[in-house]
Amino acid sequence: MEITFTLNGKRMTVETPPDRRVVDLLREDLGLTGAKECCGSGECGSCTILVDGSSRLSCLMLAAQLEHRNVVTVEGLAADETLHPIQEAFIQGGAIQCGYCTPGLVMATADLLKRNPRPSRTEIREGLSGNLCRCTGYQKIVDAVELAAARLQGDGK
Amino acid sequence: MRKRPQIGVSFPRIDGRSKVTGREKYAADYFDGDFVWAGVKRSEQPHARLLGIETEKARKLPGVLAVLTYQDITGTNRQGYVRKDQPVLVDDKVRRYGDALALILAEDRSVLKQAQSLIEVRLEPLPAVFTVEEALADGAPLVHEDNAHGNILSDISVQKGMGAAAMESCAVTIGHSFDLPRQEHAYLETECGWAHVSESGQLVIVASTQSPFRDRTEVAFALGLEPERIRVIAPYLGGAFGGKDGVTVQDLLALAALNSGGRPVKMWWDREESFLAGVKRLSGRVCYRLGTDAEGAFHALECTIDLDNGPYEHLGGEILALAVEHAGGPYRIPHTYIRGRCVYTNNPAGGPFRGFGAPQVSAAMEQMVDMLAAQLNLNPLEIRTRNAVRQGDRNCLGVTLTQSTGAMDCLERLSRHPLWMERAEWKKGAGSWKRRGVGIACLAHGSGYGPIVPDYANASIELTSKGAFRITCGVSDMGQGNASTYLQIGGYLLNQECDGLELILPDTERTLPSCSSAAGRTTYTYANALIGAATALKQRIYEKASDLLMAGSTADFELLPGLVRHLPTGRDVPLSALATNMAPTERVSVHHWRAPVCREPVNAKSNTTLFGLPHILFSYAAHLAYVEVDELTGRMEVVRYLAVTDSGRVINPQVYEQQIQGGIVQGIGYGLYEDYKVENGRSGTPDLSTYLAPTALDAPDMESITVELHEPTGPFGLKGVGEIAISGPLPAAANALADACGIRIKRAPFTPERVLAALNLKKDNPF
Repeated sequence: MEITFTLNGKRMTVETPPDRRVVDLLREDLGLTGAKECCGSGECGSCTILVDGSSRLSCLMLAAQLEHRNVVTVEGLAADETLHPIQEAFIQGGAIQCGYCTPGLVMATADLLKRNPRPSRTEIREGLSGNLCRCTGYQKIVDAVELAAARLQGDGK
Repeated sequence: MRKRPQIGVSFPRIDGRSKVTGREKYAADYFDGDFVWAGVKRSEQPHARLLGIETEKARKLPGVLAVLTYQDITGTNRQGYVRKDQPVLVDDKVRRYGDALALILAEDRSVLKQAQSLIEVRLEPLPAVFTVEEALADGAPLVHEDNAHGNILSDISVQKGMGAAAMESCAVTIGHSFDLPRQEHAYLETECGWAHVSESGQLVIVASTQSPFRDRTEVAFALGLEPERIRVIAPYLGGAFGGKDGVTVQDLLALAALNSGGRPVKMWWDREESFLAGVKRLSGRVCYRLGTDAEGAFHALECTIDLDNGPYEHLGGEILALAVEHAGGPYRIPHTYIRGRCVYTNNPAGGPFRGFGAPQVSAAMEQMVDMLAAQLNLNPLEIRTRNAVRQGDRNCLGVTLTQSTGAMDCLERLSRHPLWMERAEWKKGAGSWKRRGVGIACLAHGSGYGPIVPDYANASIELTSKGAFRITCGVSDMGQGNASTYLQIGGYLLNQECDGLELILPDTERTLPSCSSAAGRTTYTYANALIGAATALKQRIYEKASDLLMAGSTADFELLPGLVRHLPTGRDVPLSALATNMAPTERVSVHHWRAPVCREPVNAKSNTTLFGLPHILFSYAAHLAYVEVDELTGRMEVVRYLAVTDSGRVINPQVYEQQIQGGIVQGIGYGLYEDYKVENGRSGTPDLSTYLAPTALDAPDMESITVELHEPTGPFGLKGVGEIAISGPLPAAANALADACGIRIKRAPFTPERVLAALNLKKDNPF
């Protein structure tokens, strides 16, 4: 079927089976491999994207559910060649190791900071508890989210 | 980025930007062109003789390109490290659930699934062995009939001094045994790759692998190809931790690409397949007796280690050797007897996992030390400082510690830390129905390959025609950041900013052979090679500049970003100009470096060549855990953590901390949460909803302190840091649990059910 939606700011129409998983549509058909697949069953958060501004797991969504929605993937979080403050904070804070969980965590953080602009460390841990990371031990991720929150609030860090 | 790298100063990882924007292309991210999916039909029996495979129905399914079996393999059809005992596709018998029986090539994944169900496999079930005891019993069914030692893959014993006989002359002895679980790597990027045959006939494999150069040899051996025909490329890995040290998808992918009619082939195990077919940390039972003199000086150690290897070799013997070598911890013990066996079973395959065999024995030894301390009325720090090794001491194998030895320094730093000094006060703050306890552990971890297998790296640096420096690195970056560290070191040595530096990731065609990304030797070995290459290239640049400027000698030149300067005259030569005066071969500097080994004899017996021990170089650590236990639910939580580490000098503090923190949380997982359960060979935890890896809520805030002893053989004084941290949390948390509640659980992980059961047992039997 034809599905029309907005992807990273661009309106587009794609021809796809309605039951195509969104993660496959993005990665395989549209070449946006930023969303990672790790479990395929909603347990790890690696494939997190924003749909109408809220974080969603693209491995649990079907293409038909995107009709008239606004989808943002990690590739579209910031304008070309710039970085979103969350992305900057992840780099600066050393929150990236193998990086396979990173896009999902960045998108989950975007959702978290929109809902709660000044989260405590515990609230950050709760907010990101649906995203597995196997490398970092999470501490530097929490640090990075704190840093991003401060910057987005204009704390001048 | 215009920044000149320094040693000992955090340097932003070069892969940060590409990873955080989603642009970095991992092996899993290739979907180019007219590709074909390859997938595996796996066994649903643990041990059975193969009678036949009917593939006709699957072949006829529309969308299926080919169904291959062992009959389509012209090589040895065997893979493995030391004993090549695993068939690529089963040709004689199935030895575990999940053995690969047939390889399917299909247009998409749904056809692949359908085809899997259409393949009929005729198997004759065989009696199987699911425990070490069953495998060692007289007349036990054999996992490999051709193994000269029955079901024993490796049997190592070591005696130092009078061995176990010295137990009689101890003032105090205790004995306990501990059961350790299988641990699943659960790297987020499951095993995957992409392959094609190029127009010139070259077989190109892009894979998530820690060992591209060894893979090439393995694929050639298994499939009967010339190694020169095979090119292996290793992009950044989405995690590995040892589980991708060796062949996972590579042989299957190569076979698929040779039979795909020229189309590229993709293989990507899903999470369940990864859990089923990937290797795990070996489960095991370790039995200890430890004795001291009346003052608490360790006198004798007797230890037996039995590891369940599963059906294939995957370095099981070497993992056992490391367990034997680390069984005595970082302590002086004059008399030891240590015996280890690594045993074939029909359980899931064991293999390398961060820490190798050390976590299993550290888990036990560090609890034994605490239990002895309690008996002697010593505090846990005191007993450790009385016994910790210093340089020049002999470890439990009787091997002299000739290199930097920081165990005492780590303990001393821990003793002065507020978390240790203020522990009593913290414990008092426990809320209602909560108990608090503090535990410590002291660790050693050997790095490198042991005395026989050469641990080498080849580095090359090229001054490009544009005047940049291109570093080629044949050692995979599985996430630990070694690629960035190589660039940092190269930039420092050649005094260049980042925009004047390039890096080539592992590719058997473009980079030089080096050993795998493993064993805490990734930066130690390669960086030593890199220093050699950079030093030689710098000298060559000075020679060329001297000629060009008619300076008369190479003295008084200095490299600066983008140029070389003759200091006495201030004259500069841009590197790009210099490069045009050099032939391409002159612009490349290559250096080979081989790690030193320990040549001291060990009083060891082994049923096979003993590759895995002894080591010459060890890192050390002292860990401390604050643990809170909920008396009502049995849930225990690590709430604070301190790691003091001696891994030599630190090159990049941020990357170093990443290794420590990541290791700690993986170790907390090992101690508190993770248990890859197996019953009669079948997984009881087949996915991430049943196998619990720590989330952000399960990880504490951690503090890392470094004792920067200079290791003379290390690049800039460095030792390996990737592994040691994982061995501490289990025993530190166990010791904290004992401190909090007076209970000791001899079977990890310490789940709420087990803690609650132990608490109830204690309530019922207070004395």
